[in-house]
Amino acid sequence: MKKTIITVVGHDTVGIIAKVCTYLAENNINILDISQTIVQEYFNMMMIVDRSKSEKHFATVAEELEELGKEIGVVIKCQREEIFAQMHRI
Amino acid sequence: MINIYEVNETNKMVEQENLDVRTITMGISLLDCIDSDLDVCLDKIYKKITESAKDLVQTGEDIAKEFGVPIVNKRISVTPIALVGGAACKTVEDFAKIADVLDKAAHVVGVNFIGGYSAMVSKGMTPADELLIRSIPLALSRTERVCSSVNVGSTKCGINMDAVKLMGEIIKETAEYTKESDSLGCAKLVVFCNAPDDNPFMAGAFHGVTEADRIINVGVSGPGVVKTALEKVRGENFEVLCETIKKTAFKVTRVGQLVAKEASRRLGVPFGIVDLSLAPTPAIGDSVADILCEIGLEHAGAPGTTAALALLNDQVKKGGVMASSYVGGLSGAFIPVSEDQGMIDAVTAGALTLEKLEAMTCVCSVGLDMIAIPGDTKATTISGIIADEMAIGMVNQKTTAVRLIPVIGKGVGETVEFGGLLGYAPIMPVNPFGCDAFVNRGGRIPAPIHSFKN
Repeated sequence: MKKTIITVVGHDTVGIIAKVCTYLAENNINILDISQTIVQEYFNMMMIVDRSKSEKHFATVAEELEELGKEIGVVIKCQREEIFAQMHRI
Repeated sequence: MINIYEVNETNKMVEQENLDVRTITMGISLLDCIDSDLDVCLDKIYKKITESAKDLVQTGEDIAKEFGVPIVNKRISVTPIALVGGAACKTVEDFAKIADVLDKAAHVVGVNFIGGYSAMVSKGMTPADELLIRSIPLALSRTERVCSSVNVGSTKCGINMDAVKLMGEIIKETAEYTKESDSLGCAKLVVFCNAPDDNPFMAGAFHGVTEADRIINVGVSGPGVVKTALEKVRGENFEVLCETIKKTAFKVTRVGQLVAKEASRRLGVPFGIVDLSLAPTPAIGDSVADILCEIGLEHAGAPGTTAALALLNDQVKKGGVMASSYVGGLSGAFIPVSEDQGMIDAVTAGALTLEKLEAMTCVCSVGLDMIAIPGDTKATTISGIIADEMAIGMVNQKTTAVRLIPVIGKGVGETVEFGGLLGYAPIMPVNPFGCDAFVNRGGRIPAPIHSFKN
């Protein structure tokens, strides 16, 4: 499994999750977990996804998601899970 | 599984608190490049470096992208050149040619510094060592990325005062050679006591003879992260303060460990060490001095500074050691003046003097670092300052270093601008009383006794 963390932060608007999920589905990236909150009208979402079945290279997925974020007006970041696991788990 | 709060905490550290991996440094042994023919030697050095490090920069950038953590610098350290060039170099110009090749190789592979234009002379100098040292002004004035260091003392051997005297002159000469650029050459020249073989940080990095053929060492950073964490425990007692620093240092170092392992795997080069140092930059909020202020000082340099720095340094090590399987290098808190906005402010406010900085070096990771002094400071005075700093390292069994910049044509009250990570600095006054007779004695200071510790 190639676990990747996707974070989406920005002004709340209609269809953010739909657009991100559509992109992931089109690229065969499986969503394992989603958590989402609204803090002071700011949309804040984290997804844990598995991209082991995706044919696209990590860098490409990250760039395309960043572009998608710009279209929606939010910031989308894509990072490998290890950075968080290393920092927060012993 | 990882939760949203943990993810946000990590990303906040990167985006708002300047968390980064300061450097991935590839150590490359050049011992197999030794040849009595200088041209052959130069050719071998160039090939070894450009082949070993051809993927270093790209790999660093890939890792940064995938983990979402900036990796600021990619660098190379090599075997002390006095050892590599000794057989081939007969003149100062010969040694400078090696510096030219190092510079060229650094440009080709895209690293911003290459360290190891160095000599290890803690007990005595070979003719090659002396020749290399005498070539430093020339080498640093005509190269851009080469960094130089000279180890003039150690706890086991004492202090080589002949080398200390010589280095005072060499620092002045380097300042003269590079006076057009505010004596910038001196920012790339470090004098050490107890220099570590595996330091990834410039300007003092070199690849020691105890090391493998190639190695990956990583230096982390994160003064801003520590400062922000401490903002939440204002007014709490020392136990809470220390716990907070420790936990933060652990998190910061884990990032370094992850990046080091990943870089090592991708480059097919063994992982050496993670250097835990808190390394500041001139960026606002990336300052060790600000941490000292957050601990409770009005300015770095106020009474209590040495104690605050001692606890900070110790807690950083305690947290970091648990986070990495191999810790090495300098590992502590750096207190460079020009590279730290809080330190610059403290000097400008009159809170921080050269003497207080010297006291601080007794309890922190390195020494008198990136300090601009008047250009008319005598060479013997610089040697005296070096001798004091080396004595601190020798007696306390720690690494100490001196990186002073006598700025030619400028005096106290003026400012010098180095640019980039090297920052800017107000020129600090130096004690005007002489030490010529002391420095000119010649010979060496014997190693200290290792018993009767009081």
